[in-house]
Amino acid sequence: MAYGAAAAHDDHTPTGWRRWVYSTNHKDIGTLYFIAAIFASIFGGGMSWLMRLELAQPGIQYIADPHFYNVLVTGHGLIMVFFVVMPALIGGFGNWFVPLMIGAPDMAFPRMNNVSFWLLAVAIVLALCAAFVGGGAATGWTVYPPLSNATFHPGMAVDFAILALHVAGASSILGAINFIVTIFNMRAPGMTLHRMPLFAWSMLVTAFLLLLALPVLAGALTMLLTDRNFGTHFFDPAGGGDPILWQHLFWFFGHPEVYIMILPAFGIISHIVSTFSKKPIFGYLGMAYAMVAIGVVGFVVWAHHMYSVGLDVNTRAYFVAATMVIAVPTGVKIFSWIATMWGGSISFKTPMLWAFGFIFLFVVGGVTGVVLANAGVDMAFHDTYYVVAHFHYVLSLGAVFGMFAGWYYWIGKMCGRQYNEFLGKVHFYITFIGVNLVFFPQHFLGMAGMPRRYHDYPDVYAGWNMVSSVGVAITAVGTLLWFYIAISTIRSGRLCEANPWGEGATTLEWTVPSPAPFHTFEDLPDISKQKAGH
Amino acid sequence: MTTSVDAKSKQNLKTAGLLFGLVGGMIGLSFAAVPLYKLFCQVTGYAGTPRTVAVAPAPGAKAGADLIHVRFDANINGIDWQFKALQTEMVVKPGEQVLAFYRATNTSDKAIIGTSTFNVSPAKIGGYFAKIDCFCFTEQTLLPGESIDMPVSFYVDPDMLTDISTRDVRALTLSYTFFEVPDQPETEQTVSGIESQADADVSG
Repeated sequence: MAYGAAAAHDDHTPTGWRRWVYSTNHKDIGTLYFIAAIFASIFGGGMSWLMRLELAQPGIQYIADPHFYNVLVTGHGLIMVFFVVMPALIGGFGNWFVPLMIGAPDMAFPRMNNVSFWLLAVAIVLALCAAFVGGGAATGWTVYPPLSNATFHPGMAVDFAILALHVAGASSILGAINFIVTIFNMRAPGMTLHRMPLFAWSMLVTAFLLLLALPVLAGALTMLLTDRNFGTHFFDPAGGGDPILWQHLFWFFGHPEVYIMILPAFGIISHIVSTFSKKPIFGYLGMAYAMVAIGVVGFVVWAHHMYSVGLDVNTRAYFVAATMVIAVPTGVKIFSWIATMWGGSISFKTPMLWAFGFIFLFVVGGVTGVVLANAGVDMAFHDTYYVVAHFHYVLSLGAVFGMFAGWYYWIGKMCGRQYNEFLGKVHFYITFIGVNLVFFPQHFLGMAGMPRRYHDYPDVYAGWNMVSSVGVAITAVGTLLWFYIAISTIRSGRLCEANPWGEGATTLEWTVPSPAPFHTFEDLPDISKQKAGH
Repeated sequence: MTTSVDAKSKQNLKTAGLLFGLVGGMIGLSFAAVPLYKLFCQVTGYAGTPRTVAVAPAPGAKAGADLIHVRFDANINGIDWQFKALQTEMVVKPGEQVLAFYRATNTSDKAIIGTSTFNVSPAKIGGYFAKIDCFCFTEQTLLPGESIDMPVSFYVDPDMLTDISTRDVRALTLSYTFFEVPDQPETEQTVSGIESQADADVSG
């Protein structure tokens, strides 16, 4: 392809299907991850549109079977978490830009990188099986027993979901090991950890979270699998087990998992805010260690998902306090982004708009998170749409806005062609209005007591539900526009120079041509003379 | 050049080995959580897990005039038995050893082995509710139509009256749920052992 001249090394440049299926190149594998995430998002997004279609009005319109509705809830959650956000932010942007930013020629274990990707591809197929085989898994992404045990889900659907998560977990663990080894051992001369770009920092912290959290999920899933199929009683009180143990194990994984999804977006936003304010990031070290702090504290707050299971008052008091502590490093990040913009020469290019959107939406979601951290308040809000609104503001909107911001920021580097600035901005405004219409009214619904995971509701909730569904329609228009922008950029966008963003873009990926050649940094760049800190 | 590349890749493998070890350790910890979780509840009385003690308390130097109402609750889940408490409530002095009875009747036409789970509420009192002996410590076998009275011997620790978080409690509920033991072997187990144990408890 376009790599001919730049790749005139003695190394091979594979072509055709071998280039992709056997790929050990970090850029190609990153691209494969993006393709997988986009493929999965069609299913994950489609499921959410079906749910909002049914919920637009009270009564039964399209989905008469409550089990099927919950299959959609489950499929949407699992697919979005494991097969859209994680592959895009970690597998996609991580593989593409971590080696470029730290001046490494590739990942430390390129063949293992290939294995990671194809495990993920298998996991996507298994997850889709979980939705379509044996009546479908209707357990929610949390897979709580007893609902997920053999009594209430006798078919194979939950087994498929468990296997999908096992395989996806193995994929992520291998990927995480690859990132950590790459970042620790393969930085260019002069690139100390304290001079490393913040996106690489975010991937380092994320990789450690994956490494510590996913094995616990794997252990818990194995127990559930043997409970279902081999007569063990880990979560069955009749045999001496305890279903609450599942919740502890799941959320010991599940809470770090939400930071796994958002930290890479933090990294991306830092780069964009700095680039388009034409200033180095404010408080670089504080930004890096805020992410470390979020990662560490994220492991000791898991039971705030379980306030209503009967924890005693002292335990709840601890988890309330620990949870609120996370607002401190998060606040450090938000204020540092704002301080970076302060006095900067800001240009309102599309990536910057998405970064603004990210910061606004993440603050809204963060504030409702502090509300929900209160055990007393959570007794009322547990499993209502208030919780749905909260975690969609931080994840659906936060992480997805981070993804779109990164896509517009780096697409020129990835494919060598630049997006259309006008259409990019239109995409942003449509999406921003749409998602706020979808999720802001859900706060009101939750405060009025509307519970999650039902396909119907009393008439009193009709108004805001209609607003929310209209918001989905608007967002859908934005999403279709993005598909158009993506295809037209890749086919016929104008050619992109090595650094389209000017003096603000200081990281190493802007020193190589666009599109980034097949092989980069075979001679390591020496940055020991550059001034520190992105 | 080649040697430095070799050294680099050796170092990479070493780091990766350490990280794989970390993954293995976390998987081990997640399974270790199963017994540790049980142990934690038993030691701390967490989530209303009553304490299990071998001997009766030294009669009450600390026992005050406060009386505690102990209520008894009996449930079954998926087992063909009738199960009830023979007394709904007892008024006990903290520190005083008490004997209460539950009655289980097998209403089916086959022998069934049952096992029970138990806890006390409010959950915070778990650490001060001590069982000396209880039918819930062992599995129970009932022949068709058979009925047995099962004792539980316990006392309420007088220290609860001085603990700032539990001294307001004047009533607590002891609750049992009987389950059928899953995957029962086809055995001709007699109940004589259990009965004689119950007799001994009554006489003691």
